[in-house]
Amino acid sequence: MSSESRLKSLFRPYKPIPRRLGIFLGIFVWVLVIIGWIALTYSGAVKAIFLPRPEEVVEATLKMAANGTLWEHMFASIQVVLIGFFVSSVVAVPLGLTMGTYRVVQAFLDPLVNFVRYLPVSSFVPLFILWIGIGIEQRVAVIIFGIFFQQLVMIADSARGVPRDLVNAAYTLGTSPGDTVRQVVFPATLPNVLDILRVTMGWAWTYLVVAELVAAKSGLGYISLKAMRGFQVDVIFMAIAMIGILGLCTDQIFRLVRKLAAPWDHGSSQ
Amino acid sequence: MTSVLTASDMRSADIGIEDVVLRYGQGENSVLALDGVSFHVDRNEFCAIVGPSGCGKSSLLYLVAGLEERTGGTIAVGGKPVTGPGANRGMVFQSYTLFPWLTVAQNVAFGPKRKGFPAAERREIVDHFLDEVGLTQFANHFPSQLSGGMKQRVALARALANDPEVLLMDEPFGALDSQTRTAMQALLLKVWDHTKKTVLFVTHDIDEAILLADRVLVMSGRPGQIKKAIPIGIPRPRNMDLVMEPEFIALKRDILGLLKNDEDGDH
Repeated sequence: MSSESRLKSLFRPYKPIPRRLGIFLGIFVWVLVIIGWIALTYSGAVKAIFLPRPEEVVEATLKMAANGTLWEHMFASIQVVLIGFFVSSVVAVPLGLTMGTYRVVQAFLDPLVNFVRYLPVSSFVPLFILWIGIGIEQRVAVIIFGIFFQQLVMIADSARGVPRDLVNAAYTLGTSPGDTVRQVVFPATLPNVLDILRVTMGWAWTYLVVAELVAAKSGLGYISLKAMRGFQVDVIFMAIAMIGILGLCTDQIFRLVRKLAAPWDHGSSQ
Repeated sequence: MTSVLTASDMRSADIGIEDVVLRYGQGENSVLALDGVSFHVDRNEFCAIVGPSGCGKSSLLYLVAGLEERTGGTIAVGGKPVTGPGANRGMVFQSYTLFPWLTVAQNVAFGPKRKGFPAAERREIVDHFLDEVGLTQFANHFPSQLSGGMKQRVALARALANDPEVLLMDEPFGALDSQTRTAMQALLLKVWDHTKKTVLFVTHDIDEAILLADRVLVMSGRPGQIKKAIPIGIPRPRNMDLVMEPEFIALKRDILGLLKNDEDGDH
């Protein structure tokens, strides 16, 4: 194949690319970002007060890692995200599946859920403080409020989308309605539910800063807010980068879990 | 071969359909899909239904399966009125309905497992029916790894492994290419010879209906009614060469004529 036609084939819709090229491109994009970052800061195009140099962010990270504050705040944030995500998921998965399967539950919950899920999370922060106080419960509540209703709607959709003839096939094999839900609807939605959990886990990380912006005494959102008061842009960047890295890690864990839990379904993300 | 699996021991029952009416929706927007359909399928009979698209032939099958509710009339299988779906009426669907999270063997074992057969007996049943459809080597594959024809073979094995009294088939080969379809028809002829289940087989393919069935019911367009029942006297075992025999062609001409009449009447 000539190099021209090889290049052309890379831009054919949906056509797989060589694995090595995929890995290279994944690293290359970061190289580009860092080169761009270096160019902007070292050329003086952007003042240091707006954008720190890369090595300043690294230095800030190392310093905070050495004196232990980084781990303390990181742990506080992980705790908030995980508890919020877990509590939300434990309720949203069974309720969402029920909602998608039984029209009577859907008719009851749909009007409420579709109203609440458009309410801005940030506007509830003062209310949560009033109701729950300023402890970790308040931050967890923000995460839950941010993702629960979205999870519910998406999981219900996925249960609604189970092919009707798959359910019918189970009936003709003699299953009762209850068995059909347990033995067909649940496993049929499993790959989707795991995808939804992975996506909403990402959202939980994005709500973290909203949760820690007010009244928190620890966490990555808290230190970035504190750093802003002292114009420590490097610390803000470090906090943002850490949230990104932690989000990436949980995302990878979920991809692995999905691969192991639903080996029959390769999904669209792979 | 153990006795549980021989043809003489397999269950089979007749189907009685009396004045069945099916209406979708209510009031002015309602559609009369079936209007007074009556016929009887004998025990161990292979009965095919052909008709123009939209004549309600698939709906009729769903009614017998108990997956849809009829507006009027009675349906009985083995003398027992149909009130909902049940394991005595197995079904093979036009769409692929294997459970994607189960392997081929687990799919076939679904019915026997639900009925509480012990593992050893289940394995025996699965082995037998996978052998019948020629997919023994694929026992541990997932459905996503199979071709369309193989999926429908597993679906047939899964339905038979549950030992239903009647087997309902809704254009099971409709989505397959013509070569695979021919192979599936030959396979079904062989398997049916072994099991002699009562079969109600819906198709729009006239060749397929004549080749497989003891009797072909021709339906009219909407609202669906049984226009004529045509007995197929061609002796068994049958093979694919039949389609060129004069007897076959004469039957095909009859059925085509009946269907064409209906088309003319529509316009």
